[in-house]
Order: sequence, then structure tokens, then C-alpha cells
Amino acid sequence: MRRAAGLDIERSMNFCDFDLCGERLRVLPTGAVWWPSARTLIVADLHLCKSERIARRSGQMLPPYETRDTLMRLDADLQATRPARVICLGDSFDDDAARSGLDEAETLWIARMQAGRDWIWIAGNHDPAPVDLGGAALDDLCSGALTFRHIAVPGAVGELSGHYHPKARLILRGRAISRPCCLYDTGRAILPAYGTYTGGLDWTDPGLARLFRPGACAILTGTRPCALPVPQRARA
Amino acid sequence: MVTLPARFDAWFAARGWTVHPHQRDMLARADAPSLLLIAPTGGGKTLAGFLPSLIELAEGAQDGLHTLYVSPLKALAADIRRNLTAPVTEMGLPIRVEDRTGDTSYTQKRRQRADPPHILLTTPESLALLLSYPDAPRIFAGLRRVVVDEIHALAESKRGDQLMLALSRLQALVPDLRRVGLSATVEDPAAIASFLARHPDPCEILYADPGPDPDIAMLDTDAAPPWSGGGGRYAIPAVLEQVRRHRTTLIFHNTRAQAEIFFHELWLQNEDALPIGIHHGSLSREQRAKTEAAMVAGHLRAIVCTGSLDLGIDWGDVDLVIQVGAPKNVKRLVQRIGRANHRYNAPSKALLVPANRFEVVECVAALDAVTARDLDGDPRGPGPRDVLCQHILIRAASGPFAADDLYAEVTSAGAYRALTRAAFDACVEFVATGGYALRRYDQWQRLVLKDGMWQLRDPRGDLRVRQNIGTIMDTDLLKVRLRNRRGGTPLGEVEEGFAATLTPGDTFLIGGQIVRYEGLRETVVEVTRRPDKPPRIATFMGTKFATSTQLSHRILRMFAQDDWPELPDSTRAWLHLQRAASKLPEADRILVESFPFLGRAHTCIYGFAGRNAMQTLGLLVTARMEARGLHPLGFVATDYATLIWGLETVDDPAPLFDGAGLRAAFETWLAGNAVMKRTFKQSAVIAGLIDRQTRGQRKSGRQATFSADILYDTLRKYEPGHLLLDITREEALKGLVDFGRIEEMLARTAGRIDHVVADRPTPLAAPLFLEAGRVPVEGAGTDKLLADEAERLMEGAGLQITQEDARRWRVPF
Repeated sequence: MRRAAGLDIERSMNFCDFDLCGERLRVLPTGAVWWPSARTLIVADLHLCKSERIARRSGQMLPPYETRDTLMRLDADLQATRPARVICLGDSFDDDAARSGLDEAETLWIARMQAGRDWIWIAGNHDPAPVDLGGAALDDLCSGALTFRHIAVPGAVGELSGHYHPKARLILRGRAISRPCCLYDTGRAILPAYGTYTGGLDWTDPGLARLFRPGACAILTGTRPCALPVPQRARA
Repeated sequence: MVTLPARFDAWFAARGWTVHPHQRDMLARADAPSLLLIAPTGGGKTLAGFLPSLIELAEGAQDGLHTLYVSPLKALAADIRRNLTAPVTEMGLPIRVEDRTGDTSYTQKRRQRADPPHILLTTPESLALLLSYPDAPRIFAGLRRVVVDEIHALAESKRGDQLMLALSRLQALVPDLRRVGLSATVEDPAAIASFLARHPDPCEILYADPGPDPDIAMLDTDAAPPWSGGGGRYAIPAVLEQVRRHRTTLIFHNTRAQAEIFFHELWLQNEDALPIGIHHGSLSREQRAKTEAAMVAGHLRAIVCTGSLDLGIDWGDVDLVIQVGAPKNVKRLVQRIGRANHRYNAPSKALLVPANRFEVVECVAALDAVTARDLDGDPRGPGPRDVLCQHILIRAASGPFAADDLYAEVTSAGAYRALTRAAFDACVEFVATGGYALRRYDQWQRLVLKDGMWQLRDPRGDLRVRQNIGTIMDTDLLKVRLRNRRGGTPLGEVEEGFAATLTPGDTFLIGGQIVRYEGLRETVVEVTRRPDKPPRIATFMGTKFATSTQLSHRILRMFAQDDWPELPDSTRAWLHLQRAASKLPEADRILVESFPFLGRAHTCIYGFAGRNAMQTLGLLVTARMEARGLHPLGFVATDYATLIWGLETVDDPAPLFDGAGLRAAFETWLAGNAVMKRTFKQSAVIAGLIDRQTRGQRKSGRQATFSADILYDTLRKYEPGHLLLDITREEALKGLVDFGRIEEMLARTAGRIDHVVADRPTPLAAPLFLEAGRVPVEGAGTDKLLADEAERLMEGAGLQITQEDARRWRVPF
């Protein structure tokens, strides 16, 4: 078995760390979170087959490549981290019916990624956890000091969740920058949406702000993840 | 010679009018399938267009719609309705005239569909909407004539392309339909004629008497214009004097920002408190309406304005037009001049105010061009395919169609006459299935083929088609409101990109008021009034017009002269200095100057390709310098030159301009460029890939921008040959990137590069150091620094700078 230091992700040194309840967690450039001591990779809000659902519901035919693109990035993160366990924090499919939008190649691709590791589908609000894709389907999961669920519960401690698609917006020398981000404080972390076609909720949104204590931080995804304090909203 | 029916004769006589020759000509050719009238403003153009309709309708034999009038402005449609009411009621004609625009009520619109008036006045978008209904054939059954007003303006935009596709549909419904176009003076009437006519029908062009030559000159000012910038502030005392001497003056600016700042300054010096208003596209509709009403009522002595007043309602009392800043384009200048003195056969009076010393040259060149009646313009190229995709959707919403029929209709529109069947089929395929190699949407596709007829798969899809009609793109605009007055009138709008650069406490100008940015609430920029603080940041961007190819060539020809007695002394001496220190740019060579300044190597390229192209050239050349290890640090572009600074000196500029290499670099650069993403978003909305987001429903423009960017990146990654990427490229090349002008520059110079190495900035390059690039003007401290810098630079270049110059305010856009 390969030692952790032999992993591509460790060699690349391209991640940004934070601690939650004594556990060291690493945010990868894609917005996945790597939990080295448990050899676990965590992703939120894959929203697979979103374009299919949009076509079904509104008739807009967006480029139908987002499922492929999302799986490609996930596969690369798996190669880099070689996890023993993968936890998908819900809304893995854009809705219940979207599951049928996966074609055979994509279904096989997921099965291949699942081979040799535990795979946990947490149920989301868009989709109940898929039961026919391999892996375990759960409403939530406790593992050591950490709890995994789709939507953050006020007051929870050591919780990792998704759902909100947090996104940082800031101005750098007159240039507006907008990036999905992972928000965290000493009690919880909310992961950015991993799926390719996912919008975002502003990081200063009151709905997010009330879940965090003052002093919350954000790790911005992108070529080089970096941590920033979340700005206090000037006025509600 | 045609004679008017007796009651028309009597009506003209009663008003003391005579029928203009071109009005008679229009009448004589009333049966022509297409007819284009070119007439100056105030020449009775509209009446010439309607006279045949009024006469035909006077008999009272017509049932239903007879004449459709289309104009680019809603306000114009309403104004024409009022103007037509006079002859109709005074002659007692049995004619019903109504307008139909986005402002028309729902019940009125429904009634119009059930019982159309004889004359319907509308806009391209409202017409497209009408055609999307299944009962379109019934509505238009009796239609005889269509009159397209201000066709010269429509022909320059996608709105015109949409209109012409709509006419191709109308013509299929009513084969005998006659088309009439009304145009201001243009450089290429034949191009407008072939745009208007059903291809390959001929289209006769009638010319009204252009009237006397305009009385046009440069404004005399006591102070010389500054070295750079675009505000024209130095001329305010002279401008006020002119306003005092005339009844009503229109003061045109090239950008909204300049108009705002000039207006602000004008009021600071307006000691007589002359009533002066402001009008531009970023002001709220209510604010604009107020200014217009005051103008019509004769309460204003002057209006500071932008292109928003290029078209529109005739204001008879305007007796002077002042153009501040280089006109950039002779045709537009002539049309603007025509806004003065709307009475037939009275000369229009206009004054030009160059905003800086280089613009003095451009203004003189433009004056020569106006005198020589030498207008300019660039051919528009084939009809845009995103508009075609929308037309296909509109056609499908109105009912099933056969591809053969629609192809025949579409190619009868002049702009689409060269459209191949394969290109057309690709558009149908895109609309029907998304056009992806990955066949994912077979069960959800938008159009399906049944018995050889294309139709909407889901008939309820017609609603979505209608909601997305139109080609006008609101760039992401945010309303500006006074804080704590949420119900009140908005002050205006700013671009979202500008709002994003503001931090609370920043002040800016809007509607002539200084306001303080307080924050963003949902999609509203909240401000408070701060009349005591000087505005720190120049307002929002306006459209940046590039100097036309023809005008640039005229300037280059002027540079070839031995001397310039026609120029003011200050500018004349400046050009002589340049000739002594370096050389003046020539039309068939590229002049490149290299010189050190402030520890940086500088390279100045005189390409005379217009601002957009010079900016693109800056991006491309710096990318190539980067590749050669020359460490470029930045650049600034104007209509005539690009100034690049960096760490290493350019010893041999020739390889930087190698055409093939430049094109290759361009391809790579273009694909990842923000301009492409912006263009993609617009084309994706027009072509129906993503829904237009109306003000009410959109959460935030930035989120929308983001998602369109992701779609663009995904499509590029997985299907680079997709139709929409092809369309995006084509549209970007026509628009902001303006690579065509770079090609033109490379072709005319054919590798002939003059490289001048100097030990300091040359006189012609010196003003470029004062050009604000993309950085907003900072506070007064920066202004002081700039002023000191200006003085140093100008002395370095062997020029004197006056105290006045040093104090002058600059505007960056």
C-alpha cells in the first residue's frame, strides 16, 4: 500500500488546510475536501445530469457535457488522493428522475470509480440517495469527530455539509472575482458545489452568515486554493 | 406629374404648404415593390412615406391593416401617431391609426390582433412578436405597404436584421407587399437599398434635395485644448456664450461619462442660470421623459446629450449643434448636425470642440470630409446567424413550416442572400436539437419533424419563444436609487461592472448630481446626495466609438502635408516638432518609436486602426513580447496609437508584426478572451440557448454571467466545432475585437516598418502618457500628480505647458 506522502496530492502541495474538531482537512483546487487521516474524499452537490433536467423542465438545451466534466474532475481527484472512502454530501443528481439521464458509459464510469473503496451517497433535497448505483445510501453519517449531512443543522459541531453552493465575490484592484468556496469556522464547514453547472450563493448571504460564528473563513477554489476571512456584511 | 386628390391639395393649400418634389416622386412610384428615400432631417420625410397610404386609404375601401410603419424608437411611433392625426382628422379621412410597442396595454394589443387598424405603427420587436402568433396570416392579410423609418440606423444593428427577416415572412404571407425605406444621408445608399428590398428585386433610390451646406466650424476658444483626455472642459466659457446667443443648443458628447462631467462643470460656470438639461441612455426613462418634455415646451436653452438624441422626435427650435470631442465618424457627425434647424432649406449650424490637441487634427479632417460630402462607414458583412436562429423559433411558434419554404424566405432578405443551405440547415438543427454531437436531447428536443414539417415538440413552448424575442441586450445594468426612497424615481442606471468597483463612500456623477455610494441592495445601487464633495470617480463607461477607417486615412493624408496653415498654431507647432524629433506616421508604413522613460522601455505603435483594434493590437503585441522575454508591463490604446511599457527595449519591432504569426497568436488569444465570453452570452440568448433574464426575475446579473461563462468553457472543451462557438467568433470579430481593422493596417503597410529610437518621449507620443487606460481616475491627489507629470512630460518633449493645461481635468473614457 502506498504511503500518504506518496500520493500525488501530497506531492503537488496544492491544497489549503483547515482544522475541524481536531481533524486536519485539505481543500483541493476543485472544491473537494481530503481528510488524510481517514483516507476519505468528500464532495458536495455533484448535480449530475443537470442539463438533462433543465431540458426536461424548461426546454433549454445546454451543452450536455457537464456530467462528463464533473466525473472527469472527480476521477482526477480520486487518482490524486486514492481514498479508501468517498462521501458525496447529497444532491448528487439534479433530481430523482435525472438519475435515468446517466448513459451506460457514465454508469460504468461511476462503478469503476467505486471499485475497491467505500462509497457513501448522502441523501440531498433534490434527490434521495441513489440505491441502484453501488455504494451505501444514507441520510447522514457520523465518522469519528465528524458528521456528514446535506443541509447544515444550526448548532451542530464537527459537521460537513453542502447544499448552499457558497461562492466568494471580491474586488481585486478593480477586478471582480467570483469563485466557489468552502466556508468554515471552529464548528462546521460548508463545501462548495462540485458539479460543473452549479450557480452560487454569495458568501455574505444572511442565510449562510447565521450558520457561522464571527471570524469564519473561506477557502477559494481555483488553480491555487487560498484562505480569506469572510467579510462582514455591511448591512443586512 | 402626379396630381394630388382634391382634398389633399386643399389641405396642403390651407396650411400654406407645397408638396416637396420628393414627396411627389414617392407618390409617382407608389407601386414600386421597393423604394428608398434618402432625405435630410426636416425634409418632410415621414409625410413622403405616408402620403401614398393616406391617398389609397382615403377611398375608404380598405378593410383591416393597410400600412405597417416600423421605427427603431417607441417614442417615434407615438410621435408619428400624433402627427398623422392632424391630416386624418382635418381631411376627415376614414383611417384608423394606432401604435403598438412594448408600452401598449395588454387589452389594446389583444384588440389590435382581433381588429387591426389601417395604419399600425410599431418597432421591430413588436412586429416579430406579432408574427409569432398562429393568427399572423389573418392579421396581415390585407397589408399593402410597409414603411421602415430611420432605416440607416436599423441597418447597423441586429434589430435591423431581425426586421428584415420579419419582412421576408410578411412578404410570404402577402406577396404583393410594397416596401418603403426612409433614411438619413448615408455613404452607401445602394447597400441600404439591397438591405431593404426583397432579394433580388431592384430598389429605386430617391434623393430629396439635401438642402444648403451646413454652416459648420470649429469653436473659437480663448484657451488651447489640453494635451489629452476627452472632457472639453476648457471650452465651457465659449460654449456658454454660444448657448446665450442661440435659442436652443444640443451639446453632443461621445460618452455618457463625458456628458455627465461636462454638464456638472457647465452648471458650476453657468452664472446666468441658463436652463440647461441632460439626456443620455443611462438616465431613467422618467428623467429622460422630463428633459424631453421641457425641451418640447421650449423651457430649455441647451441639452447636454449623447447618441440617445441621434434619432427621434423633431425639435424644431434647435438652432445650434455643438459636438464636443472628435466626431470619430463623419456620417454620424452629419446626422447630428442635421438635428439643428429642422426646417427645410435652412442651413444647419454646428460647432466642433476638439477635446485635446490631437483631436484638433481629427476635427479639421472631419470638417473637410463634411464639406466634400465624403461619408464613411464599414460594410456590415452577412446577416448574423444568432438572429436567424431566433427567427426560426418565431416561425415555429406561429405554426409548422417546411424547411425549403423557410430557406427561400430567409434568403430573400438582403443580408442573408448568400446564406448556404448547409448553414441554414445547421441553424435549424441547432434550434431543434441543440446541435450537439452527443445526442442527449432526443426526447426533449425543441422542434420535431412531422410529415416533412418542423414544429414545436411541446406546443406550450411558444410562450418561452415569445418571452425571449428581441436582439437588444441589456448589458447588465443596475438601477441607481437614493437610499431610503425605494419607491422613488431611480436616478438612472450604471453597468454592473462599474458598480462592482465601487466601495462605500465613493462618489460619482449621475444625472448631473454628485452621489455617494452606500451599498448594493439586491440589484439596486443605493446612494445618497453629496453635493459638497467633488466626484472622485468618473461615471460608468459609455460606448467607445472607434475613429472610422476613412477619417483615419484623412488624418494620415494631412500628416503628409509640408505645413498645416489650417491648424491652430499650438497644434501646428506640435506636428512640426514631431517631424523634427522623429517622423509623422504615414499611411503605407507603420511607425514604431522606442524610447526610455522613468526607467522603463517604451514602445509606441502608430497604427491608426481605431481604438478597439489598437486595443486588440496591444493585447497581441504584448503577448508576443512576453514570449520573446521583453517583459511588457502594460499598455494604453487610443484611436491612433498603442503605447507599451516594459522592462526590455524593443530592438527590432518587425517580428512583432509578422502577419501570419499575429493571426496565429490571435486565434489562441481570442478563444480565452473575456470579449468572447461576453459575445457568447449575447448570441446564446438571441439564438435561444439560454433564456433572456428580465429585470424582475433575475437574481443577480453576475450569477448569470458566471453560468454563461461556464457554458462557454464547457462547450469549448467538449465540442469546439459547435455552431454557437462559430457564431460567437464571427460576431466578436465584427464587434469589439475589430480584427478586420488590424488586417487592414497590415495590408496597407505590408511589412514596411519605420523604427525610430529616441532618447525621450516624442511629441506625438507624449499625450499618450496622460491617457487614462482602464484605471478609473482617482482623487484630487492623483490629479495633481498627473498635472505635474504632464508638465514634466511636455517639457521633456520640448513643449511648453500652460498653467491652464496643468489645472485641467481629465476624463478617462
